[in-house]
Amino acid sequence: MFPNAFDYAAPTSLEEAVDLLGRYGDEAKLMAGGQSLLPMMKLRLAAPAWLVDINRVPELAGRTETDDALFLGALTRHAAIEWDRDLDADYPLLGETAALIADPLVRNRGTVAGSLAHADPAADWAACLLALGASVTARGPRGNRLITVEDLLVDALTTTLAPDEIITGVTVPRPTGRVAAKSLKLERKVGDFAIVGVSLQVEVGIDGDVTRVGIGLAAVGSTALRAREAETVLLGRRLGRETIREAAALAASAADPVSDRRGSAAYKRDIVRVFVERGLTAVQARLAEGQALGA
Amino acid sequence: MALEITEAHPLGKAIKRKEDARFVRGQGRYLDDIKLPDMLYLALVRSPYAHARITHIDTSRAQALPGVHLVLTGEDLAKMNLAWMPTLAGDQQMVLATGKVLFQYQEVAAVVADSRALAEDGAQLVDVAYEPLPAVVDPFWALSPEAPVLREDREEASNRIFHWEVGDSRGTDRALADASTVVTERIRMPRVHPAPLEPCGCIADYNAARGHLTWYVTSQAPHAHRTVLAMVAGLPEHKIHVISPDIGGGFGNKVPVFPGYVAAIVASISLHRPVKWIEARTENLTSTNFARDYHMEVALGADRDGRVTALRVSTVADHGAFDAAADPTKFPAGLFSIVTGSYDFPVAYAAVDGVYTNKAPGGVAYRCSFRVTEASFLIERAMNTLALRLNMDPAELRQRNFIPPERFPYQSPLGWTYDSGDYAATLQKALDIVDYPALRREQAERRARGELMGIGLSTFTEIVGAGPSSTFDILGIKMFDSCEIRVHPTGKVIARLGTRHQGQGHETTFAQVIAEELGLTADDVLIEEGDTDTAPYGLGTYASRSTPLAGGAAALAARRVRDKAKKIAAHLLEVDDAEVEWDGQHFVAMGAPDRSVPMAAVALAAYTNLPHGMEPGLEATYYYDPPNLTFPNGAYVAVVDIDKGTGAVTVRRFVAVDDCGTVINPMVVDGQIHGGLTEGFAIAFMQEIPFDEDGNCLAPNFMDYLVPTAVETPHWETGRTVTPSPHHPIGAKGVGESPNVGSPAAFANAVIDALSPLGVTNIDIPLFPWKVWEVLRQHGVAE
Amino acid sequence: MRIRVTVNGRPRSADVEPRTLLAYLLRDEFNLTGTHVGCDTTSCGACTVLWDGVPVKSCTVLAGQVDGAAVTTVEGLEHDGQLHPLQQGFWDHHGLQCGFCTPGMLMTTHAVLQRRPHPTEAEIRHAISGNLCRCTGYQNIVTAVQQAAARLSARDTVQEVKV
Repeated sequence: MFPNAFDYAAPTSLEEAVDLLGRYGDEAKLMAGGQSLLPMMKLRLAAPAWLVDINRVPELAGRTETDDALFLGALTRHAAIEWDRDLDADYPLLGETAALIADPLVRNRGTVAGSLAHADPAADWAACLLALGASVTARGPRGNRLITVEDLLVDALTTTLAPDEIITGVTVPRPTGRVAAKSLKLERKVGDFAIVGVSLQVEVGIDGDVTRVGIGLAAVGSTALRAREAETVLLGRRLGRETIREAAALAASAADPVSDRRGSAAYKRDIVRVFVERGLTAVQARLAEGQALGA
Repeated sequence: MALEITEAHPLGKAIKRKEDARFVRGQGRYLDDIKLPDMLYLALVRSPYAHARITHIDTSRAQALPGVHLVLTGEDLAKMNLAWMPTLAGDQQMVLATGKVLFQYQEVAAVVADSRALAEDGAQLVDVAYEPLPAVVDPFWALSPEAPVLREDREEASNRIFHWEVGDSRGTDRALADASTVVTERIRMPRVHPAPLEPCGCIADYNAARGHLTWYVTSQAPHAHRTVLAMVAGLPEHKIHVISPDIGGGFGNKVPVFPGYVAAIVASISLHRPVKWIEARTENLTSTNFARDYHMEVALGADRDGRVTALRVSTVADHGAFDAAADPTKFPAGLFSIVTGSYDFPVAYAAVDGVYTNKAPGGVAYRCSFRVTEASFLIERAMNTLALRLNMDPAELRQRNFIPPERFPYQSPLGWTYDSGDYAATLQKALDIVDYPALRREQAERRARGELMGIGLSTFTEIVGAGPSSTFDILGIKMFDSCEIRVHPTGKVIARLGTRHQGQGHETTFAQVIAEELGLTADDVLIEEGDTDTAPYGLGTYASRSTPLAGGAAALAARRVRDKAKKIAAHLLEVDDAEVEWDGQHFVAMGAPDRSVPMAAVALAAYTNLPHGMEPGLEATYYYDPPNLTFPNGAYVAVVDIDKGTGAVTVRRFVAVDDCGTVINPMVVDGQIHGGLTEGFAIAFMQEIPFDEDGNCLAPNFMDYLVPTAVETPHWETGRTVTPSPHHPIGAKGVGESPNVGSPAAFANAVIDALSPLGVTNIDIPLFPWKVWEVLRQHGVAE
Repeated sequence: MRIRVTVNGRPRSADVEPRTLLAYLLRDEFNLTGTHVGCDTTSCGACTVLWDGVPVKSCTVLAGQVDGAAVTTVEGLEHDGQLHPLQQGFWDHHGLQCGFCTPGMLMTTHAVLQRRPHPTEAEIRHAISGNLCRCTGYQNIVTAVQQAAARLSARDTVQEVKV
């Protein structure tokens, strides 16, 4: 199957890209990795008159780290994160999540920012980056604006980005304490969208109490969700069997899944509970292991 | 690591495949790799509705698109009497819809253009007005008097296609009434699709000056397709040249003739230019021939000792909108009557009702000798249920009921004569490999800890190699197969067969058979298939029939060559014919072992130095009409663990012991087993093509029709017993389908075994995690 | 639009529509038909090629995107009449049947061995999970890749000794 005909533009600067989007408005579609857009175009479910390919925009490549945060350029591929062991110490959830996305070949092209902009509720990055409290920088004709991932995601396949805005990168705050993370995904096979996905990261202070926690849920709502109440119940407490169970139950009640061919709503909600419990248990073990190694 | 192709005495050896020399270089020549000068491309307009009346078709926008050369509708084809075509099952199928559409994605119009993209553009511009009608999705409802009659072209005002039955109905009922135990089960085998990685397609190249059609097509049965085409299109058969190039997998998908083929041929005849049609994956999964879709009910009786006494099966078979199965004529339900399996049933009865619904047409034999997978799944699942009811180990139950070796040839209650087998030995070998007693001990320990581990058995018998001319034909043509061998002066050989491989390795395995007979190496023998102008007539490759049929023909043709060669050898050795012996590589003068000639010398003499009066040349052709079918069998053991939190099943081990008689190439046989097990695994755990209540197909592409990756696919362990077929020229039985036929029940039985303490006897496949979890939740054992 | 691309070490160019996918640039314009197309949803991986050394599904890349880049296809694996150890491994261990997925498998595993010279069975299975095979059940592919890995490292060792 072949896409409908379109005109192709490959801008070489951010300004040019924003300008093209402004000029063609709804007629244009932005392409980063293209791993969701091109299949939709081949099935003729999407038929933009203009395709703006941002892969040649140098400002969107690469990543930078500061004392407080990691900034991933919009063209950061899933695979770049999957294979980067340097990120494991401070940003363990990123590598955990990247390795679960789609399949290894798609991961070589697909981008973090593209996944966020596509806003599929089953996508893995949105849940992960919600859990991490990340933000995106969007560049439009009026300059840059910072949008939290939470504010970015409105509905299935819908974001608060204006048609002429481009995500230039994703900012992930750096943890302050000891950190461990776990990403779990139930899928029918590799390459499938998640039946349920859970991404969670926990920071603890010197005393072992939870100082910061993020729990993101995929495929159990019209957008990726953050299990706020479950996070709250963990704050200031130690991870233990009871606290974990409590949090898992709260996370399950935060889920708002629909019944479909991947399972009933009740099933998916219960998987959230099981995965949060397993994820936090794994995190607890990793933190303990880290402490033992440190000591 | 495999042996080189120059190995002497090649039969039974793991020789490297000859065809791989091109495949590993990307030099295979598949259909879409063929580009002819001035070629045009065809795209199909398909129905968005499962059932609707077509009120109007406007092709003007498509025709006006630059680059579009032709738009065809059903009305256009009707003028040529081609709006409908016969199916191999004796039904008829719309080529392009006229009046109404009967399934979603049905072919409605065809657009021919300069490029494939332009053809698709044109297809988007064909405006079709539909008046939706209520869709008949449930085959049981289709049989009820209230259901609308779907097929207005038929005289019978019913959605029932056929009722077929076999066996002793009353005797079976009596035996069931007398049985001390009767178990019943509803067993569903869902609609699935063969989904070879290469989709279907063709290039029609009509030469008006010669009145000649060259037709390149992804065909598992090129000769049969040529004959069908001659009948459908009215072209003289000698002016149709069918070429089936390298095929990227078939699995039964590439046996039927599809509307896209006919449309491409009509377009080429109309435009006098080559026209290519390649289906997209979506088109493949939604329109070109599903498999299975059997709703089965079984009652199985047994006596106090656990000996089976009777089997009764009734089935509703959903064939979709047209019966486009490719079964032999006398077998509308294929060889489903193998349903008594490996067990000695005194009496049995089976009935199948074929039904029309608003779904894609088909009922093809997906890696299966016509409904044998359904039959095998049913009996192996039912035996599992019986073991649970009797509280007997399923291995013990099977051992107690196997047809014993001394009873072969065995007359089954449903009419087959099984050729050979040693079922108990085959099962025992599988049990030894897995260490069955240790597994059962481990299971008991795990159960005590609340863990869910299951062990599943399947000890199936297949029926393949259709078939003897007394019983088997397709559209009247007897189901023999053929081989023609020509030995060149330098002792090199070309052999052509009526079959067409799609990955099975014929270029190597048939070379091994012929080389063994002629004292050559596989390297000396070139195998050619798939060209109807050169190959002898044969019915093709499906239903595991190549080795039983064409393999037999190859051996017998080679023996004919050898018979003549022996006479030439006698002449060279200056002795009487009767004084020449064949030692496997040479002709030897009796009593004078130092006087011998190899086949190559005889070959040269056949063209240079013949006995007086002998016809020159060294060739033979054999059309092999087998005396019986062959009955491969196997014993499979699956070991699974169930995640109580998610319902996900992990296959920890899988042991497959197969008995396919004489083995031509053990490496190729193991490869066939690995592949078929993977397909069986997919069917058990993730594959189905469901429809919503409006008849919309819910698995139209690889996002939803799930093909397992290397990650999900278990590691396979294989073993073998060898019980040659007594009637096959080399004792071989065919193997390509056994793993697909036998394995789904082993997987399902393993999952049921894990859950059996809960009283569970059945869960419909595919065993998605949610289905297993629902059972766990109902019984309060979910994590 | 005009595309200039180095394919298997050789500069090539073609005029194509913007909607042309890389797979069809290779197949239709350059007659490199070893790159196959088996689906329309970026699922099967039969079309896998190396784009500047990285394996990608060429049915989900536009021809325009590789303008100025280097692409390697299955036809580029053989050197001086010598099969690549992966090609030899697939042949020796029956790592293919119909051959349709084989070029994609070869390109993916080629990249795998660059990253991991001694992959485990699990690592190979994960690495090829974007490539579907309907024939082999993957097991012999895993063996083939392991053989190739062993041969490649032996070859490297020999070369080091020579140096």
